[in-house]
Amino acid sequence: MKLPPAFSADAALALPGPAWLRERRLASWESLAACEAPTDSEEIWRYSRIDDLDLARYGLGGPAHAAPIDPASLPTGVAELLSAAGPQATVVVSRNGGEASVFNPQPGLSVAPAEERPLGGPGEPVGVPSGQRADAWVSFNGAFVLAPWRLTVSPGSTLAHPVVLVHWLDAQAAAVSPRLEVDLGDGAEAHVLEVVAGADVPMLVVPLSELSIGRGARLGFGQVQLLGRAAWQLGNQVSRVASGGALRSMTVALGGSYARVRTDSVLEGEGGDSELLAAYFGTGGQMHDLRTVQHHAAPHSRSDLLFKGAVADEAQLVYSGLIRVEKGARGTNAFQTNRNLVLSEGARAYSVPNLEIEDNDVRCSHASAVGPVDESQLFYLESRGVPAAAAERLIVLGFMDDVLERFPVAGVLPWLRGAFADKFSTRRPH
Amino acid sequence: MSELVIEGLHASVVGREILRGVDLRVGSGEVHALMGPNGSGKSTLSHVLAGRPGYEVTAGSVRLDGVELLGLPVWERAQAGLFLALQYPIEVPGVSVYDALGESMEAAGRERRQVRELVGAEARRIGVDEAVLSRPLNVDLSGGERKRNEILQLAVLQPRVAVLDEIDSGLDIDALKAVARRVAELAAESGIGVLAITHYQRLLSVLAADKVHVLAAGRVVETGGPELALELERTGYAAYGGDQEEAAEPAARLPRPLV
Repeated sequence: MKLPPAFSADAALALPGPAWLRERRLASWESLAACEAPTDSEEIWRYSRIDDLDLARYGLGGPAHAAPIDPASLPTGVAELLSAAGPQATVVVSRNGGEASVFNPQPGLSVAPAEERPLGGPGEPVGVPSGQRADAWVSFNGAFVLAPWRLTVSPGSTLAHPVVLVHWLDAQAAAVSPRLEVDLGDGAEAHVLEVVAGADVPMLVVPLSELSIGRGARLGFGQVQLLGRAAWQLGNQVSRVASGGALRSMTVALGGSYARVRTDSVLEGEGGDSELLAAYFGTGGQMHDLRTVQHHAAPHSRSDLLFKGAVADEAQLVYSGLIRVEKGARGTNAFQTNRNLVLSEGARAYSVPNLEIEDNDVRCSHASAVGPVDESQLFYLESRGVPAAAAERLIVLGFMDDVLERFPVAGVLPWLRGAFADKFSTRRPH
Repeated sequence: MSELVIEGLHASVVGREILRGVDLRVGSGEVHALMGPNGSGKSTLSHVLAGRPGYEVTAGSVRLDGVELLGLPVWERAQAGLFLALQYPIEVPGVSVYDALGESMEAAGRERRQVRELVGAEARRIGVDEAVLSRPLNVDLSGGERKRNEILQLAVLQPRVAVLDEIDSGLDIDALKAVARRVAELAAESGIGVLAITHYQRLLSVLAADKVHVLAAGRVVETGGPELALELERTGYAAYGGDQEEAAEPAARLPRPLV
């Protein structure tokens, strides 16, 4: 893929950091340069806005953008989300992908710049699921990441309080590549909230979250995206679950102009479990683009996916999901459900489920729905005297509630309900 | 004193005329039973009164205390004082009875804060389990629980006129008595006018009707006292043409467009 001068190999090499990190940046840059430029003629980019991307409009976010930020100066919405996680949560704040400040450390947890030892041990990086080509934007993140952060939970430790990582992004017209690595040792348990939030300036955000869940470990991981209206996001979340491990992950997408998250969850150990959730709401001209792969590489693993959301005004939603069951992954249970409410004539939702199954002894299902608010539900509430607009609001927020209730970090649900209610109220009345 | 006045009401579903000139008056505190064979238009009448989409009114008027309801949106008819208890109450995922009644009370200028107390008190009277109240409306409820829940909402909202569409179907005898007793109290004490649509005399054995009307082929063809219901129990509707072709709800007949 042809890269403008701001994203040259020299630019990647000029970023600060230890020698191993600079070598990895170069290796990632080389795989990025070797990629075909993504286009919407590929299935994984179908319906997306990738053809509108012009990298030349952005500079490279660097150390100059990454001066620490005082958490007290974060916008109200972000601050309220932080406090919802509780006063004792460990809070990590990084600006434009740079060095982070850490508040409220807790026993069993280490928060530090990523180290040379690859996440999840030797072998392919977590961000590149086995047998697949790296997503171009995983490589982009690898080439231009400023300061990867790693949360390590020592084996057998259960963290008493959640960990919140805030990526605050305000580099005007810059491309930034925030990276979070979560390393849960065998038998560990933790709840992590990652907030990707930004100012209302044009930017390209290329976040990568890598989650490594050890044997018998349990991770609750929630990512809340609150980018400004001029931001583009090309994000990846990749998880690997070892035997007996369990992940519950939820992506909440509210902001951005075009905001994509690709979620790959690899169940690589026997009996691994991943519950993948998402809640989203688009208004104006927003597009949320969500792609998922539930990859069963080991026997008796289970994955359960529920993605729900709404589009209003001229907003668009793309969901495509793949359940991949490898030969030998017998006894797999895999479920995938995507439901979308379309709240206006001009809004669109595209939902494309797929199955790819190499083993016979499996149970898989997928379901998808796209449609307006149910007329009979509206009638029922209105027949009680609920004004039409309030009835629609109750139904839309009620529709979201069963997924929001499963948010993996305790205490955040009221904030989420409020955020979706606010989002609903910003759509244009019809 | 309130009065619901239905005059010369004609309505069609998907181009087929179901109501062919209905005339009825229901005053404060009166209990009217509307009986009739299957397909005579009883449920259609209830939906047309409430303003359910899919029904086309072609002639007539429906006034509540002088206010013409036809042409008003559904919720404004309810705010004007009309309540419809549905034969098949609809599931609304994620929305509790508190949410719904709270919004309705707020729109009516009543204190929204009172909703929990009012609902709780009414639940104890009618025998609605506390656990049912915090669940989404009608989701995973038995038929009987749904019917009690309809009457609970009726009692909290205190309309002027309530149309009860086959409130007796799916109820065991204890539930039927609990529901009928509460409806009778609401008519007697709060002066709510009641139009109870039913197939069976059974409801009227526990809910005393002042008047019984027979609807056949879209018209009220006979009106009498409670003795009329007893007679119908013996003779059936043969004299009125028997069961007519079932008029399915339009929502069930028309495929929903996927956008």
